[in-house]
Amino acid sequence: MSRIAVLGVVSAILLYAGPPLIATGAWVALAVLGVVTGVIGYLYLSRRFIPAKYLVPGTIFLLVFQVFPIVYTMTTAFTNFGDGHRGDKQAAIAAIESDSVRQVPGSPDYGLTPALKGGKLVFLLTDTKIKQVQVGTADGLTPLPGAKIGISGKVAQAPGYTILTTPQAAERGPEISALSVPAPNGTIKANGLSRAFEGRAQKTYDAACDCVTDAETGRRWVADGSRGFFVDPSGRHLIQGWQVDVGFANFARVLTDPAISGYFLGVFAWNMVFALASVATSFVLGLGVALTLHHPRMRGTRIYRVALILPYAMPAFAMLLVWRDMFNRDFGLINHMLGLNLDWLGEPTTARFAVILVNLWLGFPYMFLVATGALQAIPRELTEAAGIDGASMVCTFRKVTLPLLLVALSPLLICSFAFNFNNFNAIQLTTQGGPFPADSPQVGATDLLITYTFRLAFGTGSAQFGFAAAISVFIFAFVALVSAITFRQTHRQEEVHA
Amino acid sequence: MRVRVAVAAVAVAVLASAVTACSGQTPAAAAPGAITATSALAKGSGRLVVWADPNRTRALRPFADKFGTEHGVTVEVKEISDNNQQTFITASQQGSGPDVMIGAHDWIGNLVQNGDIDPVHLTAEQKASFSEIALKAVTFDGQVYGVPYTVENIALIRNTKLAPNAPASIEELVKTGRKLKDDGKVKEILCLPVTQFGDAVHIYPIFASGGGALFGTTASGDPGPKQVLVDSKGSVAAFGKLRDLGEKGDGALKTSLTNENSISTFAAGRCAFLVSGPWAMTDVKKSGLSYDITAVPGFEGGKPATPFVGVHAFYVASKGKNKALAQEFVTNYVTNPDVATALYEADPRPPALTAVLDTVKATDPDAAKFMDAGRKGLPMPAIPEMSAIWMTFGIAESTVIKGGDPAKAAASVQKAIDNLLKN
Repeated sequence: MSRIAVLGVVSAILLYAGPPLIATGAWVALAVLGVVTGVIGYLYLSRRFIPAKYLVPGTIFLLVFQVFPIVYTMTTAFTNFGDGHRGDKQAAIAAIESDSVRQVPGSPDYGLTPALKGGKLVFLLTDTKIKQVQVGTADGLTPLPGAKIGISGKVAQAPGYTILTTPQAAERGPEISALSVPAPNGTIKANGLSRAFEGRAQKTYDAACDCVTDAETGRRWVADGSRGFFVDPSGRHLIQGWQVDVGFANFARVLTDPAISGYFLGVFAWNMVFALASVATSFVLGLGVALTLHHPRMRGTRIYRVALILPYAMPAFAMLLVWRDMFNRDFGLINHMLGLNLDWLGEPTTARFAVILVNLWLGFPYMFLVATGALQAIPRELTEAAGIDGASMVCTFRKVTLPLLLVALSPLLICSFAFNFNNFNAIQLTTQGGPFPADSPQVGATDLLITYTFRLAFGTGSAQFGFAAAISVFIFAFVALVSAITFRQTHRQEEVHA
Repeated sequence: MRVRVAVAAVAVAVLASAVTACSGQTPAAAAPGAITATSALAKGSGRLVVWADPNRTRALRPFADKFGTEHGVTVEVKEISDNNQQTFITASQQGSGPDVMIGAHDWIGNLVQNGDIDPVHLTAEQKASFSEIALKAVTFDGQVYGVPYTVENIALIRNTKLAPNAPASIEELVKTGRKLKDDGKVKEILCLPVTQFGDAVHIYPIFASGGGALFGTTASGDPGPKQVLVDSKGSVAAFGKLRDLGEKGDGALKTSLTNENSISTFAAGRCAFLVSGPWAMTDVKKSGLSYDITAVPGFEGGKPATPFVGVHAFYVASKGKNKALAQEFVTNYVTNPDVATALYEADPRPPALTAVLDTVKATDPDAAKFMDAGRKGLPMPAIPEMSAIWMTFGIAESTVIKGGDPAKAAASVQKAIDNLLKN
C-alpha cells in the first residue's frame, strides 16, 4: 500500500516537472521524464526484476550527476555559448528590433487609459498637449468625441467604453504590452499602464536576404552563421548575437593562441608543483602529528586532537581571506610579528611559498585525521615484534608502518592531489593568481590551470562558457591521466604489500 | 520495500529537475525546475517581481508594497546578494528572471548584447528631471536603457584636523601627507586602495589627470571599443606619473593598501587623505573625526582629474512576464520625486533626480559634496568591452606602482586587451 502511495508521489513529481517542460517546448526532456517514470513505476510495481530495483536508482544518479555534466560540458565546448551568444537567432532578431525602437520625432506623448469595448481591449489615448482623446485599436486610430478627461489626465468617461481600473488593467498587463496601434509614422505601444508613445523600429530583419537593415542610414548587416553575428561589409557586427556551433575552434584557440598555449606549460608545471607540494607537506605534517599523538606515552591526546581539528572545522573560505590579509606587507600580522618587510604576495617566489603554506595549514588536519584512523588499524603487535627483532624506531616506521599506511592512504592521497590540482579557492581567495608580471597581465605566478581558465573565460564580468568548457575538457584529461597512472602504481604497490 | 520506493521517488525528482534545467540552454549549475514552474503559473496574474541587492531591497520594499496596493497587484521584491548581473542573465535565459532589475549602469552593454533588458521610453520632461550625467550613464547606443536612481563617484575625503586645507594638486597632497608622515602624525601619505591587482575605479581620476585614457569616443558619444587607448602616448605618461607616486617613488601609492584596510586606516586617523566613495561614510562618521569631501585633485598643469561616475538604475527585463506593469513601475513610479525622496531617506545615496538632490543637499551636505566632486566625472563605460579592461588595466597599474616600466606595462596590457577583444 505504501508502495502505491510513494509511487503516487513519483507521478506527482512528473506532473510537477511536466508543465514547465511543455511551456518551454522541451519535448525530448519531457519524453525522457515520462519514460523514466514509466519504467520506475513498472519496475517497482512488479514483483520481478529484483536486481534492477537496486541498479536503477544508482544508474539514474550516475547519469544525472556524472554523465550528464560531462556530456553537457563536452557539447558546450563546441559552441560559442557565452555573453552575447546566449540565445537563439530568433531571440537575437527580436532584441535587435525592439532595442532599435525610437519615439517618432515630433509625435505626441500620449496619456493611456486602457478600456474595453465588447470585451476587446482598446487604448483610449489622450494627446497630453491638446487634450484630445482618440481610440486606438489594432486597426488604427479614430477620434473619440464626448470623452471626459479626469483631473489625473486619464480618461474618466467615454460613452460605449468600459474604462478599466488600474488593478483591472494590471491584470491584463501582457495583453496591454501586446497591443500595437498603427499610426501614420509608426506604431503606438503602451509604455506602462498610463502612458503610450508612438515608436518605430529603426532596424528590421529581412528573411529574404537574412539581414538586418537600418531604415535611417540604410546600413545592412548580413547574418554570419559561423560566428553568430550580423556583420556589415566593414566587418563590424551588431552587439546582439546568437549561439552557434563553432566546431573545434575553442580547442584550437587553447592550442594555437600564443596568449594561452604559450603559458600553458608554465602554468601546468606550477600547478603540478602546487598540488604535489600541498599533498606532500600536509601529509608529512599530518602523519608526523598523528604518530606523535599515537605514541603510547603521549598524554592529553584528546585536547590536542580537538585543537588540531579546529582549522579543519573553520570555513576555508573565511580562513583564506584572513591569511591573505596576514600576508599584507604593511598591514599584515606576519611581517609585524617577524619584523620583516617582505611583499609576500607581491613577489613570485614568496607568493608561491605563501600559498603552499596556507594550503598546508588548511590541509594537514585532514591528513592528521585519516592518518590517525589508519594508524589505529595497524596492529601494535607488528611494530612491537619489529622492536623485539631489534629494528630501530625509524626502521620500523619505514619498513612496517609506512607501507601499511600507504596501502590504506594512497587512494586518499590521489584524491587529495586531484582536489588540490583544481583547488580554485586556495588561489583565488589569497592571490587571485598574482603577482602578475608586467609583460603578461593574464598569467600570474601562482595561477593554477583552473584560476587561469576562470580569468580567461570570465574576466571580470563577461562569460565565455564555450571556451571555458574547452579548457575544462583539457584539465579533465590531465587529471584523469595523472590519476590513472598513479592508481596503477598504487595497485602494484598493493599487490606487493597486501 | 518502503525504503526502495522512496529512493526511486528521490531519483525521479532529481532527474526531473536535471532534465528541466537542461531544457533551455542553461548551464548545468542553473536553478532547477521549481522556479520555472512558479513563474509559468504566475503568467499574467498581476504579479510584479523586482530583484535588488540586499541594501536596496530593504529600502525598496515599502514603496513596492505601496505601488502594489495602488495598482491592485502583488509586488515581490527579492534580494539577490551575489553576482547579481550573471544571476539575472542566467535566470532571464531560462525564463525565471524578474520583471524589474536594479543594478549598476555599466551592466547595460552586457545586458543588451544578451537581449535581457528593454529600452525605457521617457518623456522629454522626465528626461530633463535627471542630472545630465545620470542620463548620459544609462544611455547606450543612443537609447535610454534604465531609469537612474542614485549617482555615485569617488572623491577625496580629508581629515580636516590633520590637513585643514583641501590640496589643489596631487603634488600638494603628497607634500602635506609626507610632512604629516615625517612628523609621525600619520602612517600613510594617502589611503587609496591599489591592491596587488590594481583598482581601476580608485586610480582613474589620477590616471586621467596624468593624460591617460581607456577608450576613444564613437560618433554617438559612447566609448569606442575599436579604439583602446591604454597604450597611447598619454596613457604611458600617466602610468609614468603613477610610478613616480608609487613604491619606488613618493610612496603615496602602495599595493599593500586594499579595499579592506584603506577606509579603516583613515577612520583610525592613520592617514589624512582617503580616496573613496559614499560607501566609506558610514565608517568615517562612526570614527567621529572631522572631515571634508572634495574632488580628487589632479596634477599641477595636468588634465582634469575625472572620476568614474556609477549610476544605479531600474531596468525593465525583456523576458519578464509582466512588462506593462514593469514599465509603469520603472518609468512612471520611481521617477516620481516623492518616491525618490523616500527612497533616499531609507537608503541615503545621492539621488539622480535633480529636484530631489536639491532638497537632500539642504540636510545632507556630504551628498552634495560628492556630487560636486563628480561633476567633471566620466560615466563608467557601459560597453561590454569594458570587462576586458578591469583586470588587465589593474595589473598594469599595480606593476608600475611597484616600480615597473610604464611603457612595457602599457604595451603588454594593450596587447592583452586586444587579444581579449578579438575573441
